[in-house]
Amino acid sequence: MTVQYSELIQPERVHGSLYTDQDIFAEELQRIWYRTWVCVGHVSEVARPGDYVRKKVASQDVIMTRSKDGEVSLLLNRCAHRGNLVCEDQRGNSSTFRCPYHGWTYRNTGEMLGYPYNQGYGGKGKLSLGLGRVPRVDTYQGFVFASFAADGPSLKEHLGAAAGELDRLARLSPEGEIELTAGWLQHRAKANWKLLVENETDGYHPQFVHGSVFSVTGSHIGTLYSDKSTAVTRDLGGGHSENDLRPEFRKMEPMNWFGTSEARVPDYVAKMRALHGEQAEEILIEGAPHVMVFPNLFVAEISVFMINPVAVDETVQNVTAVQLKGAPEMNRRLLSQCIGSVGPAGMLLADDSEMYERNQRGVTARVPEWLDIRRGAHRERVDENGFRIGAANDETGMRGFWSHYRSLMEGEAQ
Amino acid sequence: MSGVAAQTGLDIREVEQFLYREARLADEHDYDGWEALWTDDALYWVPAGGDDTDPERQMSVIYDNRNRIATRIKQLKTGKRYAQSPPSNLRRLISNVEIVTVEGTDTVVGANFLVVESRERGTTMWAGRTTYRLRRAGDDIRLAYKKVVLVDSAQALFTLAFLI
Ligand code: FES
Ligand SMILES: [Fe+2]
Repeated sequence: MTVQYSELIQPERVHGSLYTDQDIFAEELQRIWYRTWVCVGHVSEVARPGDYVRKKVASQDVIMTRSKDGEVSLLLNRCAHRGNLVCEDQRGNSSTFRCPYHGWTYRNTGEMLGYPYNQGYGGKGKLSLGLGRVPRVDTYQGFVFASFAADGPSLKEHLGAAAGELDRLARLSPEGEIELTAGWLQHRAKANWKLLVENETDGYHPQFVHGSVFSVTGSHIGTLYSDKSTAVTRDLGGGHSENDLRPEFRKMEPMNWFGTSEARVPDYVAKMRALHGEQAEEILIEGAPHVMVFPNLFVAEISVFMINPVAVDETVQNVTAVQLKGAPEMNRRLLSQCIGSVGPAGMLLADDSEMYERNQRGVTARVPEWLDIRRGAHRERVDENGFRIGAANDETGMRGFWSHYRSLMEGEAQ
Repeated sequence: MSGVAAQTGLDIREVEQFLYREARLADEHDYDGWEALWTDDALYWVPAGGDDTDPERQMSVIYDNRNRIATRIKQLKTGKRYAQSPPSNLRRLISNVEIVTVEGTDTVVGANFLVVESRERGTTMWAGRTTYRLRRAGDDIRLAYKKVVLVDSAQALFTLAFLI
């Protein structure tokens, strides 16, 4: 099958088959998920030597480990003998893995240590086999990324301008580091992964989908995306985009971005002021980013999401609370607010997820075939740094996503 | 456990009747009736990733104090909580009811449950064991604590927006 992506992905509309076609899904795995940089976790999840945690990259079962030298590896969970899983526990601490089937053992960097009854192989050290390794692993601000392609753009090149948004998240910590140590909620949805990504970039839906919770809590979030909002949607290039809410936050008091005030988190604010001097004001006012990093990392101020495709119509969205190193007073609040908002019972995300699923059912209808992504195209402009920006509720981010998606799907396969 | 019953005035039949009523109110989306069961110091907890997590440090599916229970109920009552609008069709079975212990004025009860949820996505089964803390309030019994440990708590879960 040869799909003409240039026909399915047009500047102002995309074809419904992109969400439902099994062959396109299979091609996405090869051209996106097993090729470009995909976020799998955070170094704080394997803080100590020997720590390991199991992760997924699409259907690939991966073990993230930390060796005694402190190096983070991503190993494929597949024994070199006959392919059994070598690691059953979701997390733990061990310098080695022992396959339960016939007892082959491996170091937590993937090298083989040994095999029982070694005369069957002519003695010790005769086999040069080990666990599979994700060819390229790199980190940025502690986020661990995997690329199954042996070469290609570096992580830095891939992240491009999105890197600055992760910096903006990290600088909220008095120690300049975030941690993802609160464990993950795994939220399953019967929807194509791209419906999740598009929704993350979508500033048009909050007033409608989340009106129920905004109305009962008196939240100001809805107004950040209203027609009067001065916030902007920015296409950061490379498929990344952000809903830059800073223009609205700058009209508010420090810490209002988090729906709180200085008086409620005095230790944190004092630490930040001592550390950053005058610049603290800007950090405490501008708060955290709202950025979608292609293809699967979404930071929504206080929550970090990692999207993982399961099937053409099924996706798992993993989510955890941002924890700021050195800010226990903030961390309790971050966790509590995150739990209330996200995951299967979250007062925000359960409704988003309902929309993903209804959207998936909707796009199976035969006509009008297309999904419209033109909102705000006529009023897009270029900001002082050369990025395309639209209004708070425009589809500028979605258009950026699709243009990068198209370039990956059309480019030379690897 | 007859000693326990005498001490607290909660016998197993009363406890069961309370659990069945709570289950029916949740199944039938009687939000006001369900909310009225709770005490002011209520805690409603659905852990994720096992039953021994620290909810003050780890993510939970639900970790609601009385205030947040009220918010959750208010959101459901707007009719625009889309994850429950239209509401799921629900019926649950409660069994293996045991009075575990008595702590002060609270009777701690354990019970298994199986909920069948039907909505447009399809039919989903939710099972697990619940720990309740029940407290006598005049002629009524009130719910001070409900911890719902799903057998699937370590797996990826579909949206769970009904009252579990
Ligand atoms: S499959 Fe692992 S030792 Fe045989
Ligand atoms: Fe949303």
